[in-house]
Amino acid sequence: MFNLLSENWSTFLLGFWNTILCSVIALFFSLVIGSGFAILETVPSKFWRGVAKVYVEIFRNIPLLVVTMVFYLVLPTYTPLKLTGFQAGTIGLSIYSSAFIAETVRSGINSVGEGQMEGARSNGMTYWQAMRYVILPQAFKIVIPALGNQFVNLIKNSSILAFVAGFDLMYQGDIVASNTFQTIPSYVLVGIFYLILTLPMSYYMQYLEKKTA
Amino acid sequence: MQNLANALSWTNLHFLLQGFWVTIEVSVISIILSFIFGLILGVLRYTRVDETTTVISRVVGVIVDILRNLPLLLIIFFSYFGLPVMGIRVDAFQASVIAMVVFESAMIAEVVRSGINSVDPGQMEGARSNGMTYVQAMVHVVMPQALTRMIPALLSQFVSLIKDTSLATIIVLPELLYHAEIIYNQNTNYMIPMYLTVAVMYFIICFVLSTFANYLSKRIKY
Repeated sequence: MFNLLSENWSTFLLGFWNTILCSVIALFFSLVIGSGFAILETVPSKFWRGVAKVYVEIFRNIPLLVVTMVFYLVLPTYTPLKLTGFQAGTIGLSIYSSAFIAETVRSGINSVGEGQMEGARSNGMTYWQAMRYVILPQAFKIVIPALGNQFVNLIKNSSILAFVAGFDLMYQGDIVASNTFQTIPSYVLVGIFYLILTLPMSYYMQYLEKKTA
Repeated sequence: MQNLANALSWTNLHFLLQGFWVTIEVSVISIILSFIFGLILGVLRYTRVDETTTVISRVVGVIVDILRNLPLLLIIFFSYFGLPVMGIRVDAFQASVIAMVVFESAMIAEVVRSGINSVDPGQMEGARSNGMTYVQAMVHVVMPQALTRMIPALLSQFVSLIKDTSLATIIVLPELLYHAEIIYNQNTNYMIPMYLTVAVMYFIICFVLSTFANYLSKRIKY
C-alpha cells in the first residue's frame, strides 16, 4: 500500500487538493445562499417566505446527482454556457447544500427568543438592523455544531465530482485503481484521505455539541 | 412542450417506471436491513454496563464513525469493484444494496444512539430497581420511548437514502436515473424532459416522506 501511495503520490495529491478546493468554495457559496434563504424564510412577508420554502423543499428532495447533471449536461447542451466538470460539480454541490444550510440556519433563527426581535425593534432598530446585529449573531452561535455536520456532509458529497470528471479524490483514486489493478488498496487510500478531512471535523463538532448542551 | 409530450410517450414512461421500481426495490430493502443493523449497532454502542460491553461499545464506535465519515460513493465502488477481488461475486443490484446497508446502518446507529441518550436516565434506573434486567429495561422501557423520538430523524435519513440510490448509476444499476440517461442518449432533445420527470419523481416520494417527518416532529411531545 505504501508503494502504491508513493508511486501515485501526485495523482492522489491532485485529487486531495481538488476535493478541498471544491469543498471550501461550495461551503462559502452554500453558506451565503443558505443564510439568505434562511432569513427569507423568517421575514414577515408571506410571499418571500413562500419563495424560500419552495427553493428549500425542491433542492432538499432532489438527488445531488440530478442537480449536478443539470449543470454538467443540460445547461451546456441548450445554452452557450460551458462549464468544466469541476465548475459544474461545485455549483451543483453549492446549491444542493444551501438548501440544507438554510434549514439549519432557520432553526437557529427560530430558536432565538421572539423577545430579542421585539426588544431590538422597540429600541428603534429597523427589522434588518435587528436581524443583522441581534438575531443572526445569536442564531449562528447556536447552529455552529449543526453547520459543522453539514460541512462534513458537504465534503463527503464532493465525491459527486467523480461523476463529472472533476478530478477529485474519488476520481483520481479510481484512476489509480484501474491503472494499477490494485483495487482494494487504492480505495482504502482514498478512504483514509477522506477520513483525514472528515473525522477531525466531526469529532470536534461532537465535542462542541457536548460543550454547548 | 412538444418535446415533453414526445419524451413521455407510453414506451418511455414505462421504461422510466421500470427504473423507478428498481429504485424503490433497492431503497425498501436497504431501509429495512439498515434499520435492523442500525438498531443493533446503536444499542451496542450505547451499552456500557461492564467491561466487555464497554470494549464492544468502543469497537462499534470506531467502526460507525469511520463508515459515517466516508463518502457513500467510495463504499459503492468498494462493494462493486472490491468485493469481487476478495472472491465475492456480486451484481450491481447486490453491490448497491450492500453499500447502502453498510453506510446507512452507520448513520442510523448514530440516530439510534442519540435517541436513547435523549431518554431520561431515571427511566433505566427505575426499571432496573424494579427488578428488570438490563435487556428487559432496554426493550420494554427505554427503547419504546427512544423510538418515538427517533422517528422524524429516521424518516429524514430514509429520504437521503432514497436520494442516494441515484449514485448507483455509476455501477450501472438499472434504476430511475440510469433509465433516463438511456432514453436521452437516444434522442438528445429529450434531455430536459427526462431530467424534469426524474426530478419530479424523486421529489414526490422524498417530499411526501420529509413532510411526514416534519409533521411528526411537531406532533411528538416529549
